[in-house]
Amino acid sequence: METIVFSLLNGVIYGLLLFMLSSGLTLIFSMMGVLNFAHASFYMLGAYFAYTISEASSFWVALIFAPILVGLVGALVEKYGLRTVHVNGHVAELLFTFGLAYLIDEVVKIIWGRNAVDYKVPELLDFPLFELFGAQYPAYRIFTLFVALAMLAGLWFILNRTRAGLIIQAALSHPHMVGHLGHNVPRIFMTVFGVGCALAGLAGVIGGNYLVTDPAMGVQMGPIVFVVVVVGGLGSLMGAFLAAMILGLLQTFAVAIDARFADIFGWLGLDATSELGSITIASLAPMIPFLMLVLVLMIRPRGLLGDREL
Amino acid sequence: MTQAMLSVKDLNAYYGKSHVLRGVNMEIMPGEVIALLGRNGVGRSTTAKAIMGEVEPKGEITFKGQPISGLESYQIARLGLGYVPESRDIFPAMTVRQNLILGIKDMRHPGKHTVDQMLDMFPNLRARADNLAGVLSGGEKQMLTMCRTLMGDPELIIIDEPTEGLAPKIVHQIGDVIAEIAKTGVSILLVEQKLSIALRIADRVYVMGHGEIVYSGTPEEFKTRDDVRAEWLEV
Repeated sequence: METIVFSLLNGVIYGLLLFMLSSGLTLIFSMMGVLNFAHASFYMLGAYFAYTISEASSFWVALIFAPILVGLVGALVEKYGLRTVHVNGHVAELLFTFGLAYLIDEVVKIIWGRNAVDYKVPELLDFPLFELFGAQYPAYRIFTLFVALAMLAGLWFILNRTRAGLIIQAALSHPHMVGHLGHNVPRIFMTVFGVGCALAGLAGVIGGNYLVTDPAMGVQMGPIVFVVVVVGGLGSLMGAFLAAMILGLLQTFAVAIDARFADIFGWLGLDATSELGSITIASLAPMIPFLMLVLVLMIRPRGLLGDREL
Repeated sequence: MTQAMLSVKDLNAYYGKSHVLRGVNMEIMPGEVIALLGRNGVGRSTTAKAIMGEVEPKGEITFKGQPISGLESYQIARLGLGYVPESRDIFPAMTVRQNLILGIKDMRHPGKHTVDQMLDMFPNLRARADNLAGVLSGGEKQMLTMCRTLMGDPELIIIDEPTEGLAPKIVHQIGDVIAEIAKTGVSILLVEQKLSIALRIADRVYVMGHGEIVYSGTPEEFKTRDDVRAEWLEV
């Protein structure tokens, strides 16, 4: 019971964090048709910016300004980089974001070093919020839960209840028509790219201290975020949300399950000391996202809720 | 002499290596309804696309005296040139009302039409105002696209093949709607294949053949020119 409750909470929080990262990528991917390989690097930038800002002032200032800063970097990348490369087609764009990811990684190593930085949870939130089954639950995790939920609600409201949101949604599927109606499509693209990066940055700000802030965090998170976008389906934020939740929960539960293959398949005569029998369920956790990716592409190429195939 | 609303001089366009428009010349005066006729594949839609910048135009296109070739589509739209493409391109996952709202270019300076007036003008759409646009019939979608463009207060609308794939009764209705729009003083360039509708509402017709304009005249003059009809329109 204890394991289930804690895994559920952690899974939801991890899922929301994944969604925060992938929501921007989904928007960018649907709109421009190009997978932004550098997206997770913006997540890393968010964490590092937050570290530096909170050293200089406080976490709360970082919470506001680090995502804005990341968003600005993103907008500049779109306006002066991607837009120029765009005329040469999708492959050029893909390679551009690929190069950009490595560029950001190297810049981060030069500025902040190769080792993890000491980006800590703010003192104000560094206490156990409640005790369940004799184990303490950190307040910061609940805080990340609320930040993620607030972001989710904000994003939903903007996209579905404001005219700007409607224009963005229309531009996702019919960019030419939206242009003919007099809406500045290049600026919409730049804004969406910027906001998408800012959301990844926000995920970095609240995830960097809860997980680890090191130069590998982008590379580690990148592939998983792609999985969320593809599994959720192109053009569907709801799909990305579902996929992020499923992934978050599956991975967290897999890690928490204390069992080996031999415990499950012992009745087939599998020995706990054999190579196969000694594999733990927890060790399968990192494989889950990619298994999902492969299966979805084979069985349902448009993803859970996507409106078009890749 | 009044300045032409839209003036096209020696317009050329290419699809890859094939030379589709070979020096198109045309003028549309303020308040005029022009029908652009011609058989399939002679470059009527391409002319519309080249003017709107969907196909790269080579030549001189001026709107209200200002050159527009090479401008971004939103810049052309903001000058007052509306476009209703052949593909209609409604936003299927949004309601009829939301589609209309997106036709407004700038909420701080909305045009002369409000969503409600537009729905009053077109009762078919009123009944469907809160339905998703994706479930509308072909005729309703066409009306919605035209109304959506009107919401942006254009001075000239280019309407590309509005009756394509519609039942005869609906074709007639669409003709009425375009006539109605023309009455509000908007100039119209109607790319159309059906003579009935074109001759009913146009002030002037242009006939295209092999990527250029081969005839221009009033509907009355055109009706006497069986030779033009036989050579360039009949199949």
